[in-house]
Amino acid sequence: MARYDSLLDACGGTPLVGLPRLSPTVPEGAPPVRLWAKLEDRNPTGSIKDRAALFMVRAAEESGRLRPGDTILEPTSGNTGISLAMVAKLRGYRLVCVMPENVSTERVQLLRMYGAEIIFSPAAGGSNQAVATAKQISAEHPDWVMLYQYGNDANARAHYETTGPELLHDLPTITHFVAGLGTTGTLMGTGRYLREKVDGIQVVAAEPRYGELVYGLRNIDEGYVPELYDATVLNRRFSVGTRDAVLRTRQLVEVEGIFAGFSTGAILHAALAVAHEAVREGRRADVAFVVCDGGWKYLSTGAYGGTLADAEDALEGQLWA
Amino acid sequence: MAIEVRIPTILRSYTGGAKVVEGAGETLGDLLTDLDSRHAGLKARLVTDAGALHRFVNVYVNDEDVRFLGALDAKLNDGDSVTILPAVAGGAFGFAAAAALAGGRRVAVAR
Repeated sequence: MARYDSLLDACGGTPLVGLPRLSPTVPEGAPPVRLWAKLEDRNPTGSIKDRAALFMVRAAEESGRLRPGDTILEPTSGNTGISLAMVAKLRGYRLVCVMPENVSTERVQLLRMYGAEIIFSPAAGGSNQAVATAKQISAEHPDWVMLYQYGNDANARAHYETTGPELLHDLPTITHFVAGLGTTGTLMGTGRYLREKVDGIQVVAAEPRYGELVYGLRNIDEGYVPELYDATVLNRRFSVGTRDAVLRTRQLVEVEGIFAGFSTGAILHAALAVAHEAVREGRRADVAFVVCDGGWKYLSTGAYGGTLADAEDALEGQLWA
Repeated sequence: MAIEVRIPTILRSYTGGAKVVEGAGETLGDLLTDLDSRHAGLKARLVTDAGALHRFVNVYVNDEDVRFLGALDAKLNDGDSVTILPAVAGGAFGFAAAAALAGGRRVAVAR
């Protein structure tokens, strides 16, 4: 697995590594409980989103929705934008991303480097303003293609066809799969595949619980659940606060040498919860979890150093996952 | 028996502005009824007329989603921590964007 025809062909096939130091110790004679990390930061642009971006673009090409030279529009400031920018560059499309002007400088630089065009919406208007701007642009350019990762089946299918089979191949004794809940594509696709193949598999979601500034703006009568989400694929769903996510992110690099972003810390927190539960119940467990991306893009938050309280303050109001 | 309940900003008009209130109950349903006796109107914001948790409300017991623990029948114990949040998990920007793009759905509006 060392030679590929192009960067796009090098997507997926990421390593699964054991975490002997972070795995809980079990009493003498008790069955083993082991943690395994799927290093999705080893994808071409450094995140798990490369899988979804590639599958969504290919599906749009196959259906004829996307033609050579077309423009893709996506309101994203995150990894999906970076992945789409790379795929768009190599497949010959133009990408326009809409994002609030207060996103981190690393993200803006990365997107521009990969060739994406950026339209900023006012920071004060937050996400809603970015969405409104994207809608407006979309209406003005009906020929631009919105891939819409939250409802695009190809997003989940990427994981059904690649992430799931890779995990089962590398860890046939898998008992738990833990991943982040955003578009829900990773959990839906991988979860469905593993449920079909592994008796009693536990599919566990970890979702970020942000600072109050984020929720303060939300009205509970008008929330949103992605079209891809199907609760019956999950067995459990954990909400992980900023402090726990930062604590685990730091622990992962300090103890096992894996430098990851904060969403991975949230996932590790949930993975440790199910691992320790297995120890208490005296059950064997092979818990595989997703390392979504590396920590590079988040260094400017300052949350990797100082006290946990400082880190929590630094991330207050930010969408860190 | 005391259970700590975290109230989201949007619902603090029912708790006199309090971020955290205490309540009691064997199940989540009992707890919400108990809270409603002191914070009238709160329960109706979380539970539908049909007696189910509102679709866009997430409730967590000790950080775990109650929908996977029996929803309103989820068992509670003394010292548990309950958190109520609007459904924006997994990236509020993304979700709001998705809502806007989905067409026909409304997006949560900043106040």
